[in-house]
Amino acid sequence: MRRFVIRRLLYTIPTLIGVSLITFLISHLAPGDPVRLYTFGDPNARPEDIEAVRHALGLDLPLPLQYVDWASQAVRGDFGQSILYHQSATMLILARVPNSLQLAIAALVLQLLIGVPLGVVAALRRGSVVDQAIRVFSTVFHAVPSFWFGLILIVVFAVQLRWLPSQGMLTIGKDDWDILDRLRHLVMPAFVLSLAGIASYARIMRTETLEVINQDYIRTARAKGLLEPTVIAVHAVRNALIPMVTALGGILAFLISGALVIEQVFTWPGIGQLTYQSVVGKDYPVVMAGVMISSLLLVISYLLRDVVYVLVDPRVKTG
Amino acid sequence: MASAAAESLVAGVRGSRRASAGLWSDAWWRIRHDRVTIAAFVVLAVLVVLALAADVLADHVFHMKFEDQELLKAYAKPTLDPLAYMLGADEIGRSQVVRLLYGGRVSLAVAFLASLINMTVGIAIGLSAGYYRGVWDDIVTWSVTTLNSIPTLYLLLIFAGLFTPGPPVLIAVLGFLIWTGIANFVRGQTFALREREFVTAARTVGASQARIMIRHILPNILPLIFVLAAIDAGGIILIESALSYLGLGITPPTPSWGNMLTNAASYFVRAWWLVVSPGVMIFLTVLSLYLIGDGLRDALDPRLRGSR
Repeated sequence: MRRFVIRRLLYTIPTLIGVSLITFLISHLAPGDPVRLYTFGDPNARPEDIEAVRHALGLDLPLPLQYVDWASQAVRGDFGQSILYHQSATMLILARVPNSLQLAIAALVLQLLIGVPLGVVAALRRGSVVDQAIRVFSTVFHAVPSFWFGLILIVVFAVQLRWLPSQGMLTIGKDDWDILDRLRHLVMPAFVLSLAGIASYARIMRTETLEVINQDYIRTARAKGLLEPTVIAVHAVRNALIPMVTALGGILAFLISGALVIEQVFTWPGIGQLTYQSVVGKDYPVVMAGVMISSLLLVISYLLRDVVYVLVDPRVKTG
Repeated sequence: MASAAAESLVAGVRGSRRASAGLWSDAWWRIRHDRVTIAAFVVLAVLVVLALAADVLADHVFHMKFEDQELLKAYAKPTLDPLAYMLGADEIGRSQVVRLLYGGRVSLAVAFLASLINMTVGIAIGLSAGYYRGVWDDIVTWSVTTLNSIPTLYLLLIFAGLFTPGPPVLIAVLGFLIWTGIANFVRGQTFALREREFVTAARTVGASQARIMIRHILPNILPLIFVLAAIDAGGIILIESALSYLGLGITPPTPSWGNMLTNAASYFVRAWWLVVSPGVMIFLTVLSLYLIGDGLRDALDPRLRGSR
């Protein structure tokens, strides 16, 4: 197991190098001369001064050398200063990580709590109206643009009914630890973010449960007189859940990527929102930090998924 | 239990009646008998025709162009008089329905063209990596893992933010960045197929490598590629709408379903119906594409038959 984790960790290195290459190249494709930005486009700057600044910033070096410089700082967590906020870009993004994780984890929990039972029920009632309804529902939820669904929810629950707040994480002036207030802010964005996952979970869970309930060990469990709920919950669902771990990869990717739009709709102060604002404001250090750190989160989630997969399925060889 | 057995028996008899049919004619037979897929095809065809006929409809039915404004009619509620406001008017009195037609043109064109690029790039890369293996395969695997490790929207966001967005740029960005899923699939299939006897046979009679890949391996993967293409196009419409919603996709005054939504979102307390119609258009298109994908999968992949 330890060897597997170590090898899996080593595999992430080339991936992270690739991600950093893309991120670095983007900053160089970006229009505008950074020296101009640095000197505030001063019309009195002489060409020699410009060159001096360029040299001081290391921008006269060949591109590969610049990358090495940049990467060695990035490894130490230094992506430079934000142009808009005059703070460390890394700190700005890191401050948002807990908010994004909170949203992603809430969505993941909702997906599991709603998606898995739906799939199991659909499989047990195969061909019935319930099964049809669940299938329609899961196809429909895949096809709905999530941000649009979020807007509709805001219209209904925040504007018309006034049950839930439409923006932010906390009501201004409330105590930081007012859990109820936090939950009220969390419900809508988390639900919208979880939609696609609920649909995938329900689908996969249906197929897997159908597969599992025809296995011999289910017949054995029934034959030895176990109650049907026990057979389903302990023997069928547990085994049907194993292949779900594979599907988790795509779902985690969506939880991080899709959050970008959802955070915008609900003005949720996460990484996505800040990165988006920085793209619009051409604040490249923050954009680069945002892309690198969100990719890092994704790489870590893939890693966790693979470890969980080995843990839940002893048939997978780790050697 | 008994009825299920009887059903599968009937299905078996039906299947055997069709046993002599080839893959494509069999698939065609199945699709013709699949009402949901037919309905999805019809809906998609109607949407495409409406988008293509946008000019004609705007001139002769609605008597309004997509940029025509009428400030006095701003936020008009849906009404049949005049017909141009059947879905209401936006904040400067432009006809919502006409703009939806033109928006459909842009959204559908972006989706189909970007999907075409995706497929071409994905197939070329996946096929060659799976066939040649070795260093080229390592490079491809590395690129795919790298691209998959950057959250899609972040990746698209920075590229779209770099270039001035317009339909051609958007098609290129979407087309050349989301091919990883297809490449992965084709690569996996090719890995398995290249070891099969018919490939060895083709090699033995002296077929060139390009010929083996294109004439022998590709046709075996092709059915499922159509399935992926339909689902891919649906996904692209969703992504395009999200990017346009963020202001980094299609930018006004060119209407697209996504940017009409953004626009409507800022006025949705005053005129919520403007938020509904573009969303419904996106939803209908994506839903039909997904259902077509599902239907094609059932019709074309014999292994999955009976699983639902």
